[in-house]
Amino acid sequence: MSVTSRRRFAAIALASVAVLATGTACGNDSESGDGPITLVVDVFGDQGFGYEELYKQYESEHPNVKIQERGKGLGLGDYNTRLTQQITAGAGAGDVVALEEGTIVQFYAQADKFVNLADHGANDLKSNFLPWKWEQGLTPDGKVLGLGTDIGSMAICYRSDLFKAANLPADREQVGALWPTWDDFIATGQKFVAADKKHKFVDSATNFYNVVLMQTAGAGSGHTYFDKNNQLVVGSNPDVKSAFDLTTKMISAGLSNHLKSFSNEWNAGFKNGTFAAIGCPAWMTGVIKGQAGDAFAGKWDVAKAPGTGGNWGGAFLGVPKSSKHPKEAAELVKFLTSAKSQAEAFKKVGNLPSSPQALSDPAVAEATNDYFSNAPVGKIFAAGASELKPVYLGPKNQAVRDAVENALRSVEQGKAADAAWQDAVKNGEAAGK
Amino acid sequence: MSSLETTAPPGLDPSRSRRTARRTPSGFPWLTRLDLRLSPYLFVLPFFVIFAIFGVYPIFYTVWIALTDRSPLNATISFVGLDNFVELLTNDPQFWNAVWNTFGMFVLSTVPQLLLALMLANALNRRIRGQMFFRLAIAMPIITSTAVVALIFSMIYARDFGLANWLLDLVGVDPIDWRANRFASWFAISTMVDWRWVGYNALIYLAAMQSISKDMYEAAALDGASRRRQFWSITIPQLRPTIIFTLIISTIGGLQLFTEPLMFTSGSGALSGGSEGQFQTITMYLLEVMNTRFRWGYAGAVALVLFLLIASVSFVNYLLARRISSDK
Repeated sequence: MSVTSRRRFAAIALASVAVLATGTACGNDSESGDGPITLVVDVFGDQGFGYEELYKQYESEHPNVKIQERGKGLGLGDYNTRLTQQITAGAGAGDVVALEEGTIVQFYAQADKFVNLADHGANDLKSNFLPWKWEQGLTPDGKVLGLGTDIGSMAICYRSDLFKAANLPADREQVGALWPTWDDFIATGQKFVAADKKHKFVDSATNFYNVVLMQTAGAGSGHTYFDKNNQLVVGSNPDVKSAFDLTTKMISAGLSNHLKSFSNEWNAGFKNGTFAAIGCPAWMTGVIKGQAGDAFAGKWDVAKAPGTGGNWGGAFLGVPKSSKHPKEAAELVKFLTSAKSQAEAFKKVGNLPSSPQALSDPAVAEATNDYFSNAPVGKIFAAGASELKPVYLGPKNQAVRDAVENALRSVEQGKAADAAWQDAVKNGEAAGK
Repeated sequence: MSSLETTAPPGLDPSRSRRTARRTPSGFPWLTRLDLRLSPYLFVLPFFVIFAIFGVYPIFYTVWIALTDRSPLNATISFVGLDNFVELLTNDPQFWNAVWNTFGMFVLSTVPQLLLALMLANALNRRIRGQMFFRLAIAMPIITSTAVVALIFSMIYARDFGLANWLLDLVGVDPIDWRANRFASWFAISTMVDWRWVGYNALIYLAAMQSISKDMYEAAALDGASRRRQFWSITIPQLRPTIIFTLIISTIGGLQLFTEPLMFTSGSGALSGGSEGQFQTITMYLLEVMNTRFRWGYAGAVALVLFLLIASVSFVNYLLARRISSDK
C-alpha cells in the first residue's frame, strides 16, 4: 500500500468517525432567538384534523411562526406507538401532539414529560370546553395535559337508497324512529336483510360493539375495561358483558358484513357499498366521505342512534416537554382548540367541537352536510353532546379492546358466543396485565 | 508521503533516492510508529463503533430490561428477577401459540420452497431456448420489497373481492375466509414467502449444479440411466452441502417471519395476527407486548427466548450438516 493511499484511507476512516459523531449530534437544530421558529404539529387519521386553513391564518397573524404538520394518513395505532416511544425517549415528538381519548390516559403516568398547560393560562379557558371533556384532559393530580379538540358523539349513518329499496323508511326522522332501542335496531336489520339479500346491514361487529359499549358504559358504570382505580374489570363490568351479548345477538341475526374496522377490506366495503348502516360518531362522517367517495354522495344520510346519547372518540392537543418552544406551542394549542377553530375543523372534516360555544355557533348548530343528503349534522350530533357523561378508559384500554374485538371477530368467523366471551375475558386479562 | 519524491537532491539517481527515502523516513519517526500501530485499528473502528451502538448495547440492555418491569406507564423501574421468564414459560398460552404458528409456517413454506427451487434449477440447467431470460426471470422476485409482496398477496387473498376466491369460484369451490382459518392463513402466507424466495434458492442450486462434472452424467447416460435417475442419483447427492446451506438460511428467515403475516391483515390490531392469533408469529407477539401492552420488560424476555429458540434450531441444523458431510 503506497503512502498516499494509506493517507486517503485514514482520511476516510476519520471522516466516517466524524459522520458518526455528527450523526448523534444532529437533531438539535438550534434556532436563533429572533428568527422565525418552526412548530411541528403531530396528528393522526386518514383525514387529519382539518387544520390547513387555520395554520395559514395563524402564520399570517404570527410572522415569527412557521407550522409544519406531520401524521396525516397515519392510523391511530401506529401514531400512538411512535408517540409513546418519542415521549419516553424525550425526543422526536412534535411541539404540539394530538392525544386520542382512548390513549390520553396512558400519558397521565408520563405527565412530567408534558408541559402543564395551566402554566400557560389554560385554566382561564375551562368554560370553553364541555365539563367532561375538560376533565378528561386533566391528570389525576390536576395538571392540564391536553385541551380538547373534538368529541365523537353518536348517530347512525345509513344508506337511504338501500333502505328505500328494502321497503324501509328512508327519511331520517322516520329512520330514527325505527330504533328507540338497540334491540329495535337489530329487528330493523333483520327486516332489511330479509328484503335485500345482496347487502349486509352493518359493516362489522366491532364498530357496532364500540358504539353500544360507549353508550352503555356512559349511562351505567362510567368505565369500560378498567375502573377508575385502573383495576382490570373486563370480566366483571356488566356494561361490557351486555354490549358483548347484544353484539353477538346482532351477528347471529346475520346482519354483519364481517369487515375489520380500518382494514383494506373495510375501505373496499365502503367503495363497493356492501352494507347499509354504520355506527357513526361525528368523525366517522369524514371517514365515510373519504372512503366511499363521490360515487355515493347523496346516498348516505344520518339518523339518531338508538338509546340516549353516547360518545366514542375525540382528541386533545398537548405539548411535550421536549419542545424547544413550549410557550409558542401552548399558544398554538390554545388557538387550535378555540371555539372558532373547532368550528372550522368541523366544516373541513366533520369533527364535532368539544366547545359549547362552538356547538351553539350557527356555523355548527345549523350546519348541513351535502354529502349526507344535506342532513343537519350539527343538530343531530350536538343534540346529546352536552348531557353526555364521560366514560373512563384505562391506560391499557387499547390492548384490552383489541382482545375483546378479536373475540367478536372470531364469532363472526363462526365461533360460539359463549366460548368467545371466555376468550375475551381470558385474553383481555392477559393483555391488560 | 508523496512530497518526498520531489525533494531528491540533484545529481542522484531518482530511483535510488526514493528507495532510501522510504527506508529512513525523515522528520517524525514516532508518527510512523503510531501510524503502524494505530491506523489498522482506526480503519476498523467505524464498524465497531456502529456495532457497539446497534449490536452490543441493545443485547445487554435487553438482558437487563428482561429482568425488570420497565414500562412507559410505570414511573419507576423495579427489578423483578426471573419473573418475566417464569410467566412466559409457564403461564402464557399466547406465546406458545405464536411459537407453534412460527414453526408451522416455517415447515409449510420451506419444504415446498426448496423442492420447487430444486426442480426449477434442474429445468434451467438443461439446454433450453431463452435460457438466460428464464434464469434472470426467476431471480426477479428477490428485488421486490417484502411489504409490497405482502400487500399485493393480501389483496389476492382478500375475502370479498380477492383474486384467489374468484378463481375458486370459477371452479365451483366456496370462497375461503383466508384470515379466519388457521391452515388457510398459513398457506396464504407461505405462498408469499415462497414467491419471493424460490428464485433465490433456485439460483444457488443452479450454480451448484453447474459445478457438477459433466462426465458423471455422460457415464450415467452411457450406462442407460434415465434423466430422472440421473437427477436423484447424481444431482441430489452432489448438491448436499448446498441444500444444507439453503436450509439454514431458510431457518433463520423462517423463525423471524414478520412482515408477511403482519401485512396480511390491515386496520386495527394487525399485530394480533387474526381473531384468535391464527397466524401470529413470535416477532409479532413480541411487538404486541411491547407496543400495545407496554410491557417492555416482558418483551425483552420474549426476545431472549426467541434468540434461544433460533440458536437451538441452528445448532440442530449444524449437527445435521456435520453428520451429512461426514457421510460422504
